[in-house]
Amino acid sequence: MITEQDVPYLPRGVRIHRDTVRDAWVLLAPERAITLDAIAHAILTEIDGARSFGEITAALAARYNAPVEDIAKDSAGFLGALRDRRFLEVQP
Amino acid sequence: MTTRPPIAMLAELTHRCPLSCPYCSNPLELARVDQELDTGTWKSVFRQAAELGVLQLHLSGGEPASRRDLVELVQAARDAGLYTNLITSGIGLSERRLGELDAAGLDHIQLSLQGTDAAMADQIGGYSGGFKRKMQVAAWIGAIGFPLTLNAVLHRRNLHQLPQAIDMAVEMGARRIEVATVQFHGWALKNRDTLMPTREQAREADAIVRDARLRLKGTLVIDYVPADYHSDYPKRCMGGWGTTGLNVTPEGKVLPCHAAETIPHLVFENVKDQPLAEIWYEGAAFQAYRGTDWMQEPCRSCERKTVDFGGCRCQAMAIVGDANATDPVCIKSPRHGALQALAEAHASAEGKELVYRSAPGKPIPETVG
Ligand code: SF4
Ligand code: SF4
Repeated sequence: MITEQDVPYLPRGVRIHRDTVRDAWVLLAPERAITLDAIAHAILTEIDGARSFGEITAALAARYNAPVEDIAKDSAGFLGALRDRRFLEVQP
Repeated sequence: MTTRPPIAMLAELTHRCPLSCPYCSNPLELARVDQELDTGTWKSVFRQAAELGVLQLHLSGGEPASRRDLVELVQAARDAGLYTNLITSGIGLSERRLGELDAAGLDHIQLSLQGTDAAMADQIGGYSGGFKRKMQVAAWIGAIGFPLTLNAVLHRRNLHQLPQAIDMAVEMGARRIEVATVQFHGWALKNRDTLMPTREQAREADAIVRDARLRLKGTLVIDYVPADYHSDYPKRCMGGWGTTGLNVTPEGKVLPCHAAETIPHLVFENVKDQPLAEIWYEGAAFQAYRGTDWMQEPCRSCERKTVDFGGCRCQAMAIVGDANATDPVCIKSPRHGALQALAEAHASAEGKELVYRSAPGKPIPETVG
């Protein structure tokens, strides 16, 4: 489970791509193309390999005017699933 | 039914290969070097693919490194906006060439594994010194930092090496391993007596994969293709025929799947004559098994028909002799019992030699005995 101090980043070979044919954002990774909804896209674009998960969720909560706990819970689930597939890493 | 754009394209750049694996998925009739598409045509195919909606490009072969223009092709694929994966045995990749592929933007490498030691790997690949070279290439891949998938093809002769293969993937720093039990198409059909795993081996592999997935969660992703002859339900045909992917052969023929040429009544269009999009949306071979209208019983009234799409058309062709039939692996197929008996017979055959894949332009060896 990702913690507030963890600094997530997209490892080499995983990148966000604008799919102009389907008019959508997708995450491209080995053998996978994952369609990103607006929330997933917002979370991933905040990830810069410098800021912690806590800082990212706080920024998202402010931007979307939503409770930080809800944002943290949803994001942790999504990022956890990516991490299990090795599409996301964290710096300790 | 509305047809959606494809997500993935497999570009078989060449059928040339220094190895001669007896389960090669290339057709028996291999394309010669003078029949291969030139650099410019491949570049155009990549652009057309991206415009059509393809996101993932797999550069394969034969051995794609046998193409002298590989770096240029990778560059063109990235320029077209494609996620570019190289499927290779490693033979033909020098440290310098890997550096050039890195600079060209190659996204990912999939390295094939014929065995976990030189004795096994070189015997199966039919290429002495191949394993040593592969290990060297794996080290260079790791040093550059390419994301790596190890692709282990397993069968009766090497299934006992599965635990070592998984350990090797972890040691190499691979993020993913594909554990693929050999699929019996093309060359592998000539080797069923030597390569067919036993039912016990298949069940043991299931258990090894299950344990390893738990143990290595978050470290190594394991994608597993079980031995389908020993299953009750067939392996799903991609995401459905003509729905997610397409294949381009070295000569430019466009296929719905890599084995589609084994279905004799299908006719394939060529990228030299027609735009890729037209072939995808209108090509007769793509239309042939799209959707579910073509199905016979028991598939037609089965609740799994949109889950596995009736299984593999190529396997129905090869074993039942009718590409529209239910995949004989399926427990509901009237041929299921016969297939299981056949699998048992192949799995217990003894004393047969491997029939190796030949080289483009060379005669096809006959199965002996
Ligand atoms: S009957 Fe056809 S659709 Fe049903 S499970 Fe078997 S192969 Fe799949
Ligand atoms: S027809 Fe068979 S070989 Fe071809 S994609 Fe479907 S399952 Fe695979």
